[in-house]
Amino acid sequence: MKTLMGYLAGLLFGLGLAIGGMTDPARVIGFLDIAGDWDPTLIFVFGGAVVTTFIGYRLVWKRGTPWLGSRFALPTRRDLDARLLGGAALFGIGWGLSGYCPGPAVASIADLSVPLTAMLVAMAGGWWLARRV
Amino acid sequence: MDMMTSLQGLIGGVLIGLSAVWLMAALGRIAGISGILSGLLWERPDGDSAWRLTFLLGLISGPLLLMLTGGGLGNVADSPGEVIGAPVGGVGTMLVAGLLVGLGTGLGSGCTSGHGVCGMARLSLRSLVATLIFVAMAMATVYVMQHIVEGAQ
Repeated sequence: MKTLMGYLAGLLFGLGLAIGGMTDPARVIGFLDIAGDWDPTLIFVFGGAVVTTFIGYRLVWKRGTPWLGSRFALPTRRDLDARLLGGAALFGIGWGLSGYCPGPAVASIADLSVPLTAMLVAMAGGWWLARRV
Repeated sequence: MDMMTSLQGLIGGVLIGLSAVWLMAALGRIAGISGILSGLLWERPDGDSAWRLTFLLGLISGPLLLMLTGGGLGNVADSPGEVIGAPVGGVGTMLVAGLLVGLGTGLGSGCTSGHGVCGMARLSLRSLVATLIFVAMAMATVYVMQHIVEGAQ
């Protein structure tokens, strides 16, 4: 049952990314290019996602426990440390270079190309490295 | 501004939000792509691998489903009807970008989904700061690449 729930969540996420245009790196870079021909689409994707999640989370948390688990697994840290700030900065540079954050990069596998393969392999390597520094 | 594009962006965003809410309601988990996938790849099996794997399959099958239905709902700027756009850089650029995205989201404990969507919706200060930093750095990077590097060539 957990596997089915996971699949449905992934499917909704993948549909949302594709319908919102986020599986087109040129469109994402169009949003990031504020000095160029700015494309505001990502604001609508982001706004729709955050507002939906904000409302939905509060309805879900009222139940006390998830359907298939004993507790909600929520991050508890509040501190702003160097790993968070430095990591976010490195990620931002990679996102700006490619137009891919992890979701759209993986969701684009159905149209796999050599550059995208390079991105995915290097991303997996980066995750491995991050667990060792 | 193109109304249709904005509307599609909004619909896409609501679907992403519903996915995050669904994962929280069903499994009690944050829908952070970098965390779900890096965990699947590099963590010891802890009973979480199966749903992470099916989440990954769902993520890939979302765009695939749109492509199979003709891509009419797909929202790709330069090539109408195509759901997945082509990478903007060559292999070298993508290797560097991939390494930075993997290392950065690994060290920073999240990406656009985990910090940007789920964290912002939880009103987390860490996520708000992380999101402001990675959006600002991405905008600065695009500025350098599009208006300084490109202009110099």
